[in-house]
Amino acid sequence: MIIKNAKYIKAPLNNPDKKNTGVKATIDGVESWVPMDEANTDFAEIQKQLAAGELTIADAD
Amino acid sequence: MSKAAELAALIGSGQAQGDKNLIINGAATVHQRGNQTASNGSAVYFVDRWNMYHNSGALAANLQQSTVVPSGQGFNNSILVDCTTVDSSVGAAEVALLRQIIEGQNLQRLAYGSSGAKSLTISFWVRSTKTGIYVVDIYHADATARTQSHQYTISQADTWEYKTLTFSGDTSIATDNDNAATFYVQWVLMSGTDHTSGSLATTWQNQTDVNRFVGQVNFFDSTSNNFYLTGVQMEVGDVATAFEHEDIATTLRKCKRYYELLDTTIYPVNYSTVSLANFFWTEQKRAQPTLTVDTNNGGFNLYPEQTSGGYIYKSSANSTAVLNMRGNSEL
Repeated sequence: MIIKNAKYIKAPLNNPDKKNTGVKATIDGVESWVPMDEANTDFAEIQKQLAAGELTIADAD
Repeated sequence: MSKAAELAALIGSGQAQGDKNLIINGAATVHQRGNQTASNGSAVYFVDRWNMYHNSGALAANLQQSTVVPSGQGFNNSILVDCTTVDSSVGAAEVALLRQIIEGQNLQRLAYGSSGAKSLTISFWVRSTKTGIYVVDIYHADATARTQSHQYTISQADTWEYKTLTFSGDTSIATDNDNAATFYVQWVLMSGTDHTSGSLATTWQNQTDVNRFVGQVNFFDSTSNNFYLTGVQMEVGDVATAFEHEDIATTLRKCKRYYELLDTTIYPVNYSTVSLANFFWTEQKRAQPTLTVDTNNGGFNLYPEQTSGGYIYKSSANSTAVLNMRGNSEL
């Protein structure tokens, strides 16, 4: 899986603490919004690549 | 055995009940994503619930829904893997697998990890240009990884053949009762020696890769090769029963738990300084899905809200519609 342009996002609604809630990234060429859900396989792959030093994620705006 | 006794035995075993098929979309009727191409190192989903994984730097394949089917069986579609670039020198670690992944909570009927562990039987129609020995492997991915594999033979090129394989139950290790990947049911298409140099594991054993794909032919040795699969059924028991044809709405609903094309247009509403619209899936997802969209000319961001919906949002007024939201919560 090729992940590029990864950036944390914060849900603008129902997020009083302004926490990161997901990652916006281009995955295999497709702009994608990935929730920070351990059961989501894209998020699992992002974590794996992050741990391996193969991916960096920019801070949210 | 009389027909009545046969029926009574099937009812007693649970095989005559509806919803017996643990495989979803075994007749390849639902195809929300459209055709795809295989990708090195990625599990590429195409016909709903089916993906192909390979780790070859050489091979290429088109992954398609086909209308080539066995005659007189009531099928209209099949899964097609079409080799477009060969891998003629298979590396030791290389594999190519056509597979469906099943979540643990759908496997509880097998009673694994108990003395009552049940066997299961996989039946399918298959057609391939490449004849010879093929392997179906079940990889049980819970805490202690286990595998069991069986061979089948394709005897005639480009001819539909019906196969049945029975896998024994596992009294040792239970399947987790959760929404994570538990069974990888895999039709092997190619394998290097890392998975073939042992003795085939025809009963459950802790994962020992050399015992998994023994004897497997290399399907990817010619660009003329096509591999078709349909009528796939995995059911409790030692006997393959007739394929359980489903109405399209039932199969589509099952598939949408894992992937849904929300085939509609979402119109945002302007609230002075922001624009916003809610959307709702027609089927609750297995997990919070990854969101993509076919047309997003307004530059909205997409946010899932748990497993049943979400919203699109932009921090300025914008009325541009969003077309064809897609949610992916595959395994």
